Amino acid sequence: MAVEATEYPDLARRYQVTGVPKSVVNDRVEILGALPQDAFVEQVLAGASEPEEQPKA
Amino acid sequence: MALLSTADQDRLRAAFAAMTRTVKIVFFTQTLGCETCPETRQIIDELPALSDKIAIEEVNLVLEGDKAAQYGIDRVPALALVGKDDDGADRDSRIRFVGAPSGYEFISLVQAVLLVGGREPALTEANRMKLAAAIDQPMTIQVFTTPT
Repeated sequence: MAVEATEYPDLARRYQVTGVPKSVVNDRVEILGALPQDAFVEQVLAGASEPEEQPKA
Repeated sequence: MALLSTADQDRLRAAFAAMTRTVKIVFFTQTLGCETCPETRQIIDELPALSDKIAIEEVNLVLEGDKAAQYGIDRVPALALVGKDDDGADRDSRIRFVGAPSGYEFISLVQAVLLVGGREPALTEANRMKLAAAIDQPMTIQVFTTPT
């Protein structure tokens, strides 16, 4: 899900987006900036092993 | 007046020509209270002209709430990309764009359309296998950007 932060300030606040790009995996793992593929995949795997918090609307 | 220059249109047309499957862009909108909906519609409207494999379906969040909920959409503007599986049935790629895909996000949208349209994923075989082995629950990856 690609989220345009200036149109959704409530989401930007919720996830404390102060710089972009910022990726959030399963509401748990945060990735700041753009990572090379292998590193990004490691972060996705880390986020997958945590149970997903249901995002509030 | 088109947003895309003729040169860009030609480039995109050439890129889209490589697609092997159709892509339906489902555009979620509402009539009032959505400042960036018209802009989003204007941006995506340029795409079907560049490939007969791209179509747009519009869903009104207020009038078609159930359909929007099926796609997990509760905010507008939003886009969902729906491709096809091997049997030709619709397959939701589960790729979503929330907010107008302007600036560099337009490039991301084009890349996503090409991916859903059949391009080889950029994931390495090793990473694909790691992900397939480790992920057995639905998960969400949100990528935040700002217009540039």
